[in-house]
Amino acid sequence: MIGGSLVFVVVVVWVVVTWVANLPPTVQAQTNGGTASVTFQTVASFGHAPHPDWVSYLVKNKQGDWVHSTIVQVPAHSLVKFTILNYDGASGLRNPLWAQPRGTVGGIETVNGIPRRVINPADASHTFAIPDLNVSVALPGVRPLAANQCSVTPCTMKQAHNTITFEVRTGKPGHYRWQCFVPCAAGFINGFGGPMQTVGWMDGYLNVV
Amino acid sequence: MAQGDSSINPQRIIIVWLVLSVIADLAIIFLLGPHMPPGSASAQADEQRKTNIVLAVVLAPIAIAVWTYFAMALTSFRQRGEFRDGPPIQGDSRLQGYWIVGTLLIVLCLAAYGTYALYATTSSAAGSGGGQGPTLISAAPANALQVQVISQQWAFTFRYPQYGDVETTQLAVQSNRTVVFHVTSIDVIHSFWAYDLGIKVDGVPGVDNVADTTPNHPGTFTIRCAELCGVWHGEMHSTGLVLTKGGFASWIAQQRRQAQPVLKHLPPFRSVYYPDPTERAG
Repeated sequence: MIGGSLVFVVVVVWVVVTWVANLPPTVQAQTNGGTASVTFQTVASFGHAPHPDWVSYLVKNKQGDWVHSTIVQVPAHSLVKFTILNYDGASGLRNPLWAQPRGTVGGIETVNGIPRRVINPADASHTFAIPDLNVSVALPGVRPLAANQCSVTPCTMKQAHNTITFEVRTGKPGHYRWQCFVPCAAGFINGFGGPMQTVGWMDGYLNVV
Repeated sequence: MAQGDSSINPQRIIIVWLVLSVIADLAIIFLLGPHMPPGSASAQADEQRKTNIVLAVVLAPIAIAVWTYFAMALTSFRQRGEFRDGPPIQGDSRLQGYWIVGTLLIVLCLAAYGTYALYATTSSAAGSGGGQGPTLISAAPANALQVQVISQQWAFTFRYPQYGDVETTQLAVQSNRTVVFHVTSIDVIHSFWAYDLGIKVDGVPGVDNVADTTPNHPGTFTIRCAELCGVWHGEMHSTGLVLTKGGFASWIAQQRRQAQPVLKHLPPFRSVYYPDPTERAG
């Protein structure tokens, strides 16, 4: 009886520890002097196990390969240039406040090369937000009838997408979580679920070192 | 107590308990009291702090009585020699009477004080509706600052209907001016907890829960979500500002300028927001 209980406790602890420690890899930003660059792609469906239909972010590593991770390391006290290739369609912002870029250099984002101080909230498919740094950028989605849409990652530049860029100045070192504010899984009134609550999919960390 | 054991004097226990209780209560009132949570940043917080002091002053002697008896039992009541049972308590009507009357008095006094404190912190004298509904228990002053708190996974945003419906990611209020918080949610249940101001209000989808408070002086206060609302619940926090009248006027003007691009996209001000059906499921 005691032996059985002990085995049960050990198994439970092992499962919990394994689950907690099972974070995706940390991807380092490309650095050049005092600046760094991070490139994400955002997709409507990952296209692979274990959750082929989950919406997700991917990040490009220094070798130029796409990595299924949302943990990024950037240098402190530097300018970080973000590029997000958004392959997902629009679902709209639940709170239109997030349609205005915040915390970026100049208070702007560029959408396919055009500087924007706000986007139409109905056009957004996701946001990239770091609440503790007061950073939030909305990502306009591709048109519903756009040709050559991507459904399996990694998506390529030939497939329908919008390119969003913005710059953020990092401060002191820290471990900042980021998230998407669009309810792109589950939703009212049950709240975020699945990929929205799972690091490596629609939220992650910005490690400023 | 062992029968016939003359070394144990009940008066000794009472004297020790009395001395320790007086010391503890004085320490609570004069040393701990000024630093007890949630502080004195608002009239509501101050009332809650006083309530915590009263409860601690009442409860400390009870705890000390238990500990004193326990210590005496360990040191003086140790069984030595032949075991003999103590005198029976059953049938001792005087002891039972003391016990019933004593505990009854403590509970009734706490109930009376609790009722008073609840009224004091929910009346216009000390401000604050309790946040359990759309109306305050008593009316706030006409010049009160109205702030809508919009909760969502995992951040609070704040809307100021008296200032062009501007919505901000930072909360700022004005010192010595009553602020009325209208708390709602656009997804799951949250709880807006402005800890230092003594305000905690549930943010419920489709519900406008109202509470008011009057900050005493400029400074900062901690904002946290106090309702488990998902994986990032623990990260749903920020720092609010209490500004002077002039400081608040400058701050709100700056917020309106910065929010100019998005103002036309914000929905008309309402007490609650139901997401468009196409945006509910994502």
